[in-house]
Amino acid sequence: MSNANTSPPAGPGPAGGFFSSNPLLALILQRILLGFVLLLAISALLFMGIEFLPGDFAQSYLGQSATPEAVANIRKELGLNAPVHERYLSWLGGVLQGDFGTSWANKASVSEQIGKRLGNTLFLAFWAAVVSVPLAIGLGMIAVHYRNRFIDRLINVVSLGAISLPEFFTGYLLILFFAVNWGVAVFPSTVFADMAFTDRLAAIVLPCATLVLVVLAHMMRMTRAAILNIMSSAYIETAELKGLDAFRIIAKHAAPNAIAPIINVVALNLAYLVVGVVVVEVIFVYPGMGQYLVDAVTIRDMPVVQACGLVFAAVYIILNMIADVLGILANPRLRHPK
Amino acid sequence: MTDELKDLGLLVARGQVNRRDFMGRAAALGLAAPLATSLLSSTVLAAGPKKGGHMKVGMNGGTSADSLDPATFSSSIPFVFGRVWGETLTETSPVDGSPVPVLAESWEASADAKSWRFKIRKGVTFHNGKEMTADDVVATLLRHSDENAKSGALGVMKTIQGIKKDGDDGVLVTLDSGNADLPYMLSDYHLIIQPNGGVDEPAAGIGTGPYKVSVNEPGVRYAAERHEGHWRPEVGHADSIEILVINDLTARMAALTSGQVHMINRVDPKTIGLLKRAPTVSIENTAGRGHYVFIMHTDKEPFTNVDLRLALKHAMNREQMVEQILRGYGTVGNDFPINAAYANFSSDIPQRTFDPDKAKFHFKKSGHDGAVLLRTSNAAFNGAEDAAVLFQQSCAEAGIPIEIKREPADGYWSNVWNVQPFCTSYWGGRPTQDQMYSVAYQTGADWNDTKWSRPAFDELLVAARAELDEARRVELYREMALMVRDDGGLILPMFNDFIAAVSNKVGNYVHDAGGEMSNGFAPIRSWLA
Repeated sequence: MSNANTSPPAGPGPAGGFFSSNPLLALILQRILLGFVLLLAISALLFMGIEFLPGDFAQSYLGQSATPEAVANIRKELGLNAPVHERYLSWLGGVLQGDFGTSWANKASVSEQIGKRLGNTLFLAFWAAVVSVPLAIGLGMIAVHYRNRFIDRLINVVSLGAISLPEFFTGYLLILFFAVNWGVAVFPSTVFADMAFTDRLAAIVLPCATLVLVVLAHMMRMTRAAILNIMSSAYIETAELKGLDAFRIIAKHAAPNAIAPIINVVALNLAYLVVGVVVVEVIFVYPGMGQYLVDAVTIRDMPVVQACGLVFAAVYIILNMIADVLGILANPRLRHPK
Repeated sequence: MTDELKDLGLLVARGQVNRRDFMGRAAALGLAAPLATSLLSSTVLAAGPKKGGHMKVGMNGGTSADSLDPATFSSSIPFVFGRVWGETLTETSPVDGSPVPVLAESWEASADAKSWRFKIRKGVTFHNGKEMTADDVVATLLRHSDENAKSGALGVMKTIQGIKKDGDDGVLVTLDSGNADLPYMLSDYHLIIQPNGGVDEPAAGIGTGPYKVSVNEPGVRYAAERHEGHWRPEVGHADSIEILVINDLTARMAALTSGQVHMINRVDPKTIGLLKRAPTVSIENTAGRGHYVFIMHTDKEPFTNVDLRLALKHAMNREQMVEQILRGYGTVGNDFPINAAYANFSSDIPQRTFDPDKAKFHFKKSGHDGAVLLRTSNAAFNGAEDAAVLFQQSCAEAGIPIEIKREPADGYWSNVWNVQPFCTSYWGGRPTQDQMYSVAYQTGADWNDTKWSRPAFDELLVAARAELDEARRVELYREMALMVRDDGGLILPMFNDFIAAVSNKVGNYVHDAGGEMSNGFAPIRSWLA
C-alpha cells in the first residue's frame, strides 16, 4: 500500500497517530500546556493577593500628603473604582497581547522597563550559572572520589559554611574585603546600557561570587549523594574489577545514571538565580528585576508588581519543565508512565 | 595665629587637610568654632573653587517610579538631581535663610504684600538653546497652580490669585491676601523654570541649571554634563555629575569608604562611629527643620484636657531622646515646630525640661484615670518605637502609665497618622514659619494633625503673614510659638540633623538648614580637590 495516494484512515486522526508514535513530544506539549494553565492561575492569585494588601497605590504614593480628595482623584484616574474582575480581565487581555500596561507611578511602559531589567538579571544569573554549575558538579565528583577523606570533608564544610551564611552577610563580607579593604573589585555593581562588555563583567564579579557561594553547596551535595548511590551498584564494581581509572568510572559510568536528580537540583538553583536575587541586587546596587519589584511593591504599583510576578513565575515554570523533560530523556523508564 | 590658620585653610581648600583637622587645630589655637568655620569658608572661597572632575554621589531616596517632571518630585534623589539641571526664581541663603535672587533678578512688593513684581534675569538660556523669558516663568507657575497637574507645590501656589507677564522682563504675582514670604515660597524645589512651563514635555529634564541631563535611569542612576555658558560661576564646578541610587545604607557607606563615590546622604546616627574610623571620610551634619513628634488630637478624649497635655509634655525627657535616638545628632525641641533654622525666630522662649513633679501635678489635676494609649511605628521616623519606650519610662517616673501599641509600617500614614488620637510622627519642616503654621496648625488645615483650633492663633497667623516690618513679625511669631507650646497638642522632643558624609576629595561642603545635602545643592556647590 502506497502512502502517497491513500487518504488517512478514519478513527485516530493524524495527530493521534503522531503522538502515539512520539510519546516524548506528546509529553512535552502536555507540559507546556500545563505550564500555561499554571501561569493563568498564578496571574489570578497575584491579582487577588495584591488586592488584599492593606493600603492602596493612591495612599502609598501620596504618603503623609494624602488628602481624601487627592486619593479620590488618583483612584478615579487609574480606574480603580471598577470591580476587581473587570480590572483583572482587561489587564489579562493586555498581557495576552504582550502589553503589560504602564506604571502607575511614572507612566512609563512596563514592558520596556522589564525588558532592560530582565536582561540585567539574566546576565548576572547566566554568569553565576556558568561558574557555579560546572564547579558544583566537578567538586561533587571530586568529593565522591575522595569520599570520607580529608578533601571530601573540606569541600563539604566549606560549601556548607557558605550556604549557612545569609547571602546579604556573604555579600557584605565580600564588599568589605575586596572593595573596601583591598580595593581590587568594582563596587557598586551598577551596570548600564552603554557599558563595555568587559566593564560589565568586572562590575558583576562580586554579586556573581556571592550567588555562586549561595547555590554551590546545594548542587554539589546532590551530585555527591546521587553519584554515591550509584557507586554501590554491581556494574560499577565490575568496572572497578576491570581495572578502569577511578575518575573515568565516576564521570563516564556513574554520573550519567545519576543525572536526573542533579538536573532537578540544578534547575531549582538556576530558578533561584533569577527570582531569588532581590537581596543581592539591593546590596550590590545592581539594577535587575528584584530591585524593580521591591520599588513597585513599596508603592503598590500594581502593573509592575503583576508583570514582575508573572515573569518570575514563567521563569520558574520553564526551568522546571526543562528539568522534567531532561530527566525523562535521561531515564527512558520515565517515558512510559504506567 | 590666624596666619597659620589661613595657611591651613588653603590646605583645606586644596583638599590636603580635612575640615575636621582644621577645626581641631583652630580649637587648639583657642578659636571658637563658629569663628573658625567662617574663617575657613572665607579662606576656602578666597582660594577659589577647583574646576573639573567627575563627581559621584551615592544617595538613598530614589525608585524606578521617579520621573524628571518637577511637579512629581517627592523623594530625595529627584530633589537633588533637580538642583543639578534646573533653577528656580529664588533660592534661600545657607547663611541666614533669607531669599536670594536666582532667575528672578530682583523683586518688589506693594505695601500690603498682596502684589509682587519679579524682574526676570536676562541672558539665561535653557539647555535646548532657547532663551529663558518671562513667558516661560508665567507658564511654569501656572502649570504648578493647576489642580490637575497634581504638583507637589500646589499647597504653595494655592494662595496665588493671578500670575501674568508685566512688560518684557517682569512677572506680576497677585495674592488673595498679603504674604511677606512669597520670595521664599518661590524657592520651592518643584518650581523649576522649564521652557514654556514644561506644559508640552513635563519630564524632558530641560532647565537652566549648571548641568545638562545626559542619563536618566530612574531608580538606577542619573548623570549630567556641564552646560557651557551657564550664567552663574559660583555653582557647577565639576565637569560632570553622576548620582547613583544606593538605597542600602551599608552599601552606601562601603561605596564612600572604598572611594567609589564622593558623597552620600542619610547616614544613620547608629553607624556614624564606624564610618568615622575611615580616614578618608568626614561627617557633615547640619541642623535642620525636620522634627520628630508625638501628636495628640486636642478634639478627642482624653486629650481635650489641657492638663493632661501639659503633664505629657513635662514628662518628656528631651535630652535623653536626642542622646539615645539621634545619638547626639540633633537638638532638643520646645513643643513648637520652629527652631533657629527659621528666619524671624525668637531665641528667648524658655526651654521646657523634663520635670516629673510638674508632670505629676498636671496629671493629677487632669483627673485622668488609667493608661494613655500611644500608637507608634518606625514608619513615623527611624527609631520611633524605641522613642515610644523611652517616653513610657520617663512617664512612669511621673506616675503616668503609657500603653504602647505598635502599628504596621504599611499604611501608617493613612491609617494611624491624622486618624488616631495619639501617635508618633515626623515633620520635614517648611521654608518659613508661616508655611509650617499654615500647613499644620491653622484651623481646618488638611494636615492639622493635632486638630488644634484657636481663632486668636489664626488671626495672628494672617497678621504676621502680611507684616513687612521684621521686628513686629518676630514679636507676632513669638506669641504664636508660646500658644502652640503651652496649649497645643504637640510634644516635640527633638529636631534631627541632616547627616551626610563626604570624602576628603570634596571641597566646600556648604551647611544649609534648608534641606538635606546642603538643601540639595551639595553636588553643584562643592568641588573636587
